[in-house]
Amino acid sequence: MEIFGIPIQAFLGQLLLGLVNGSFYAMLSLGLAVIFGLLGIVNFAHGALYMIGAYVAWIGADRFGMNYWVALFVAPLVVAAGGMVVERTLLKHLYKLDPLYGLLLTFGLALIAEGVFRDQFGVSGQQYAVPEALQGATNLGFMVLPNYRAWVVLVSLGVCLGTWFLIERTRLGSYLRAGTENPALVQAFGVNVPLMVMLTYGAGTGLAALAGVLAAPVIQITPLMGSNLIITVFAVVVIGGMGSILGSILTGLALGLVEGLTKVFYPEASNIVVFVIMAIVLVIRPAGLFGKEK
Amino acid sequence: MFKLKHLAIACGTAATLAAAAPAQAQYSGDVIRIGFISDLSGLYADIDGPAGAEAIKMAVADLGGAVNGKKIEVLVADHQNKADVAAAKAREWFDQQGLDLLIGGTNSGTSLAMAKVAAEKKKPFIAIGAGSSALTNEQCSPYTVHYAYDTTALAKGTVPAVVKAGGKSWYFLTADYAFGTALQGDASKLVTASGGTIAGSVRHPLAASDFSSFLLQAQTSKAQILGLANAGGDTINAIKAANEFGITKTMKLAGLLMFINDVHSLGLKATQGMYLTDSWYWNQSAESKAWGRRFFEKFKRMPSSLQAADYSATLTYLNAIKAIGTDDGDKAIEKLHTVKINDMYAKNGYIRADGSMIHDMYLMQVKTPETSTTPWDYYNVVATSKGEDAFTTKAESRCALWK
Repeated sequence: MEIFGIPIQAFLGQLLLGLVNGSFYAMLSLGLAVIFGLLGIVNFAHGALYMIGAYVAWIGADRFGMNYWVALFVAPLVVAAGGMVVERTLLKHLYKLDPLYGLLLTFGLALIAEGVFRDQFGVSGQQYAVPEALQGATNLGFMVLPNYRAWVVLVSLGVCLGTWFLIERTRLGSYLRAGTENPALVQAFGVNVPLMVMLTYGAGTGLAALAGVLAAPVIQITPLMGSNLIITVFAVVVIGGMGSILGSILTGLALGLVEGLTKVFYPEASNIVVFVIMAIVLVIRPAGLFGKEK
Repeated sequence: MFKLKHLAIACGTAATLAAAAPAQAQYSGDVIRIGFISDLSGLYADIDGPAGAEAIKMAVADLGGAVNGKKIEVLVADHQNKADVAAAKAREWFDQQGLDLLIGGTNSGTSLAMAKVAAEKKKPFIAIGAGSSALTNEQCSPYTVHYAYDTTALAKGTVPAVVKAGGKSWYFLTADYAFGTALQGDASKLVTASGGTIAGSVRHPLAASDFSSFLLQAQTSKAQILGLANAGGDTINAIKAANEFGITKTMKLAGLLMFINDVHSLGLKATQGMYLTDSWYWNQSAESKAWGRRFFEKFKRMPSSLQAADYSATLTYLNAIKAIGTDDGDKAIEKLHTVKINDMYAKNGYIRADGSMIHDMYLMQVKTPETSTTPWDYYNVVATSKGEDAFTTKAESRCALWK
């Protein structure tokens, strides 16, 4: 059996790989959506934070013998702590200004971070071993799926759904959303809004770092790994609708699939297909697929 | 004013005589400017990049920083892998800085663009990091010297050896730009000429983030050999994913362009046994080893063949203009076509009418972790191809200047 001249087995394999990549997109765009939706900051440093997350895992393993499972918690915490310092010292001065200022600041920070890591470690990159428990591969019949990639999909889906639930379905989430609508009023009810904002930015950056740790064993850890990805992830957020949590998750996964299929039918276009879709979506629905018109 | 001019002429004459230079010594602007435009920050920055610029400066320093009493200046710029940026920078330097020699770093697209600018300005252009054989074929120019390697030499070094060892059917994973398609084209011809077959190919974007999808397509082809017609970070990520997805169990990988930095980064465990062709290896002779040590002192890593070629090319050019006493573009290129190149990089090298610098190429096999005894001890040199056999032959050449 064939679909458009491609054997169905190969087709399924490509869909599954698309899902793996899509889960990275989903997790990264989720962090961006949280930060934009609740803080109004266009966080261009997201790719750099993802890169730093991977490097924290690598440095931890290389210098201190930290294993993968510990790194999964330590790297996001380290990066979130750094993110919160940036929020308190730099970003908080920009909330009342045009979002462009936040974009420029975070873009500059990203360039600095990439430069520092390039200077320290070069661009050829470092290797991070797949943890022992997740080594090996499972033969699914239509393809051999490395266990680690399956793990990535599970973690990513879990984290995405957890974040969505936290923001859309819990009391804490409702404070957060209220705080962005009317900070003064929420403050008056005794909620510490600046603290909440700081923790939100920390959580968003932590998500980027977590994606970095998850990616570390499957790709070359280089200072450029974030900038290779960030533009695509931004396109995902724009397509999903800036600030829409659920939109960014679903769009991330869907675009992973679309990109995966493009790699089969017309590989040369695989790095632009996302932008073509973005252009079409912006023409038809300027607020994005899941965004609300303001 | 009149007197001042006389004084200047007198001083100039005295200086020329004192330096005992050839009587007609003339260097435009009284300074020799060498420009180096390469990828200083992107995926090719380790194989050439800032350390390549330093290698050029090492050559300048070895000549005392001057030729016949005229200071040598080195300008360095990052082209960010964009051909238009490279061409614009080259043009700016030729027009505004009086650039005498342009050295092109990695990325064929940028070098093809810079070669056009240099030809228009009638100044020598030495391409080092770029691999595309188009530089000395369809797009050959009297002002271009292709110094280190090209896609033809890489394919000729690796492909017949692999086919001979039993790798008959090939599938190509190709970087979708000038270099990748040139390499795939050159390699494909050799596969069929050596009695092998082409099962297919897939083109991936430069700096692709994920290779699993492309690799799966390669595996479906049931070919024996996966030819990697890409470079740098792309090659590294492709090899990594091939190991992860178990592709290496059913297919053998042949890296058509791999540098020692790639092997270092991936480690011997992932690369052992792979064949690759290169123009130079730090441990190939006592001279190369000595230079490698000097480089190591500075950067705490061994040089790639490109960095060695950056050094050698700079020395070759400076010695040539020293001998002729001028940095005039036409005279310099004429001289370059007559010199013999003998240094730590090449033995009896020479520059042919099509612009190729003809020198020996080496087929290496990556050592196993057990046989590697010292840091950066990565290769066994398994075969040496003589320059005349390693590069394009006259019959194959598509360069109008060499007919």
